[in-house]
Amino acid sequence: MARLTEVRWHGRGGQGAKTAALLLAEAASEAGLFVQGFPEYGPERMGAPVLAYNRLSDEPITLHSHVARPSVIVVLDQTLIRSGEVVAGLTEGGAVVVNTPDSPSRMRERLGLSDRGGVRVAVVDASRIAVETIGRAIPNTPMMGAVVRVTGLMELTRFLEVVRGLLEEKFAGRPRLIEGNARAVERAYREVRVD
Amino acid sequence: MGEDVRPGTAEAAGRDDRARRRRTALTGNEAVALAMRQVEPDVVAAYPITPQTDIVQFFASFVADGRVKTEFVTVESEHSAMSAVVGASAAGARAMTATSANGLALMWEVLYIASGSRLPIVMPVVNRALSAPINIHCDHSDAMGARDSGWVQLWSEDAQEAYDNVIQAVRIAEDPRVLLPVMVCYDGFIISHALLNLEVLTDDEVKEFVGTYRPDRSLLDPDRPVTVGPLDLYDFYFEHKRQQAEAMAAAREVIPEVAAAYAALTGRSYGMMEAYRLADAEAAVVVLGSAAGTARFVVDRLRREGRKAGLLKLRVFRPFPASEMAEALGGLRAVAVMDRCDGFSAAGGPVFNEVRSALYGLDGVRPDAAGRPQGRAPNGPPLVVNVVYGLGGRDVDPEDIEAVFDLLFRRIEGEEPRGEDGAGVLSRSLRPSPNTEVHYLGVRE
Repeated sequence: MARLTEVRWHGRGGQGAKTAALLLAEAASEAGLFVQGFPEYGPERMGAPVLAYNRLSDEPITLHSHVARPSVIVVLDQTLIRSGEVVAGLTEGGAVVVNTPDSPSRMRERLGLSDRGGVRVAVVDASRIAVETIGRAIPNTPMMGAVVRVTGLMELTRFLEVVRGLLEEKFAGRPRLIEGNARAVERAYREVRVD
Repeated sequence: MGEDVRPGTAEAAGRDDRARRRRTALTGNEAVALAMRQVEPDVVAAYPITPQTDIVQFFASFVADGRVKTEFVTVESEHSAMSAVVGASAAGARAMTATSANGLALMWEVLYIASGSRLPIVMPVVNRALSAPINIHCDHSDAMGARDSGWVQLWSEDAQEAYDNVIQAVRIAEDPRVLLPVMVCYDGFIISHALLNLEVLTDDEVKEFVGTYRPDRSLLDPDRPVTVGPLDLYDFYFEHKRQQAEAMAAAREVIPEVAAAYAALTGRSYGMMEAYRLADAEAAVVVLGSAAGTARFVVDRLRREGRKAGLLKLRVFRPFPASEMAEALGGLRAVAVMDRCDGFSAAGGPVFNEVRSALYGLDGVRPDAAGRPQGRAPNGPPLVVNVVYGLGGRDVDPEDIEAVFDLLFRRIEGEEPRGEDGAGVLSRSLRPSPNTEVHYLGVRE
């Protein structure tokens, strides 16, 4: 992986963008990387657009500013794409990962990235996966699986191992949630399609 | 993990050591709550306020889950929180609280009672802007406003430093030469709510490091009665304040001693300040809190371009390390002091005024007998400008700090301030006097 990967998560209040950013950072830290995970706190309301960030590196990170030029952008809710701001600052060679049933090429068009061949567009129907595995359309955990696949951050088996450990802490005594989330991560990892 | 290691063997000890050094990731507030759990004070009284709230929540869970024996006092305000820890500390207990912004403001009169009564209370302050207008984000105005309240102030760049400072604060506060309360400051949201890497100690190591608090005198020691907070008029008040000033001066010796003991335990060294690439620097920024990390990134970038940039990060603002400051900055040509607080003196922020004051007179040293210039700044003290930044959580990114260095290098090359012009993200200067530049970073005019 590159020395420093900067990730920006776009979601709506209640979809778990913050939780995903923190969980991804925790998992990457367990796997030996240096990490940051932090939300941008605004006037949070259920359904309002929210941002969260990750920095992941194989060296210590001292930057404490917002991520202005992400190499990975994650969109938990495709209705946010209308704003046109979701791909702002995306670096050349970067990737956008969108929760959508659309094809990658259709999504590339919708994102306005048709003339940016150096940028990858990845899609996965994370909401459907979440409904089928967890029982609720909360797309954050499956999107972590998609991000790990697209970035090559770590091996799936290693990632599943640390995520399962973290889920066991978070959902102690609720084995169905642990199983469901772990399966969601794995399915999204396998089902993500890249253009 | 999983292999069979018999406890008590050298192999097991080695593994314990590895476990201790193992990097983990916690939010700043989680790290501080962990330090408080490991210190396990006798009394914690606290009232929740954003962005400190998590600390109170986590600590309340530790109490409810029986993980600490601490007496946890739920109070109806910060004034009561500080009053309760003052009472507990006077009674001989090790006492802690935590707050932010308006909560600190509400503690105001009791802050002075804590320091004037020489009570070694430790308080994390999660820095946040003061109202009005209402704003929950990072700003140093809360703790800067309390800079003259007689509390020691330790400032932290990240979660690791916040954790380390809380543990060291206990020993600093309780040292018989000091006996003053200590604030441990770290940036709201930027650090308090960010998941960051740090190394943590075991519970036993922390307990051994802070030791058992045995106050020389306390209200609950009837064999050695003591009065706390009596009327003290012109006959003795002045002497007590003089003693308080001596105690703060003594903290200058104690803080490095505690840091040395902590370094022996953890390998992490702390001083009154951290000089980063300053030795041969021409221009430097002085900054405290999380922006120091971003500034370090910028210094590295400028150095790769061959520009002689440096950073001075202040860790201890009270007591103010004036002589170390003069030593570290005297040889530079230009310095920007960054304040995350205006102070409204109309003549620059609080850190700026103290830093520039520390450098005053450096050029007043006469040549020695051989005619050689003496002193730390033979070419005269550096130009010192003030940059107010980040109020109410306004983001400060590497480009912002690079603009500050650009200003310094332009001044070094001889560019005079043109009227009150700013440049790019730097506002026009307030120009409170002909030799003072006060710029605002990233503000709209």
